[in-house]
Amino acid sequence: MNPQWSRRHVLDTDDWSRAEIETVLDQSRAMVEVLSRPIRRAPALRGRTVILFFAEASTRTRVSFELAAKALSADVTNITATGSSLEKGESLYDTARTLEALGGDVLVMRHASSGAPYFVARRTSAAVINAGDGTHAHPSQGLLDAFTLREALGDLEGKRIAIVGDILHSRVARSDIHTLVPLGARITLSGPPTLVPAAWRCGQPPSGVTYEPDVDRALDGADAAIVLRLQRERQQAGLLPSLREYSRVWGIDVGRMGRMRAGAPVMHPGPMNEGVEIDAAVAHGSRSLIEKQVTNGVAVRMALLYLLAAGSAALLEDRA
Amino acid sequence: MRRALARIGHEIVERDRDLSRLAIVGIRARGDALAARLCETIRANEGVEIPLGAIDITLYRDDLTRVGYAPVVRESAIPFSVDDRVLVLVDDVLFTGRTIRAAMDALVDYGRPRAIRLAVLVDRGHRELPIRADFVGKNVPTAIDDDVRVHLVEVDGRDEVELFKAEVPV
Repeated sequence: MNPQWSRRHVLDTDDWSRAEIETVLDQSRAMVEVLSRPIRRAPALRGRTVILFFAEASTRTRVSFELAAKALSADVTNITATGSSLEKGESLYDTARTLEALGGDVLVMRHASSGAPYFVARRTSAAVINAGDGTHAHPSQGLLDAFTLREALGDLEGKRIAIVGDILHSRVARSDIHTLVPLGARITLSGPPTLVPAAWRCGQPPSGVTYEPDVDRALDGADAAIVLRLQRERQQAGLLPSLREYSRVWGIDVGRMGRMRAGAPVMHPGPMNEGVEIDAAVAHGSRSLIEKQVTNGVAVRMALLYLLAAGSAALLEDRA
Repeated sequence: MRRALARIGHEIVERDRDLSRLAIVGIRARGDALAARLCETIRANEGVEIPLGAIDITLYRDDLTRVGYAPVVRESAIPFSVDDRVLVLVDDVLFTGRTIRAAMDALVDYGRPRAIRLAVLVDRGHRELPIRADFVGKNVPTAIDDDVRVHLVEVDGRDEVELFKAEVPV
């Protein structure tokens, strides 16, 4: 049995213990091996149904969950915002009830509103995985970043990770912090002051996190860098003077990579704006783990689906 | 236990003279330790290095819907192509046969072996599937509610086979 795991949903990692995070990362290792076999499919979730409910645009996360579910032999159903009843004005409450009636075992959901997966989790018997809600959390991304960093750097205890870019709107940054800090990493955030939460800039960052307004100093001696996507609509909102200035002041190029520890890797959750937040030579260079992140993402999501859907919640309730 | 493994080692070699296509695969968590010992025995006797693998069958269990928590999945490691090889599957105790069924399903996901044979340290009977062992360390007659536990130095710090008799209601 898995003594470290008794969660019914994966909504955010902010209340997870180190042991829970390590359980997912250890199970992910075994899943990487499954994906390396000639037949990349194990029967663990045969007969289980995974519903992918993406009310906000996504390619890689949705496909990643779909491949993960199929690699464990689950049945997969897709619901997207366009072409579904959401377009006709159905409320989230009614959608949740409908999905409940359809009888999925796991509901993977993305939504533009922070907290939407919590709302749904309280109203369904399915296990809910948050695949990104507004600016709040993206736990599977945080876990796959931790997994990728641990594979590249070994134990993360005392390692310093720089996270650069639009912190304010980034659910990836939040989930990275909540996953990497419990594993012993120290985080240095750097980004335009308009794109960093005021409290974090003014001396009250989360535990294990510091803010460094100078990106070069943030990178000095760092063990790895995570570059965040600049959402172009932020410029229209008046938070940035121009993309060109952003690229010059905050963009990660080969010169800036040289400030980090020798060989230190760079990651990006995608999709990238090459030439804005990250230079093409860095994104496709030998120190880029960006493609590894995509591959590892499938294994980490297999681990989450397995932990939530293998075993029977009904039996657990009997035991309690 | 040492003598039983030595004998199984000899039997494996006698059964398949062509050692070049042989490989040994242990089922985690104790079959893999026994498999490593068998490899060592064959290397000592024949001077041949037999490829060694380990397989975890958790994702192939037929009772995943009948347990509470999801059981821990350990990493499998088959560092060779199984195509056209004679695989000797190794486990500590053969009981219902369900573990072996799962292991065979897992192995064929790696390719098409020429044959799969089965070596176990203890056969305690009470099969629920049509499966039998090719190489047996010791047959131990048991009642279905008894418990047979194999302890190995590599996992448990000591080599021992324990038989716990089920309590007979008076």
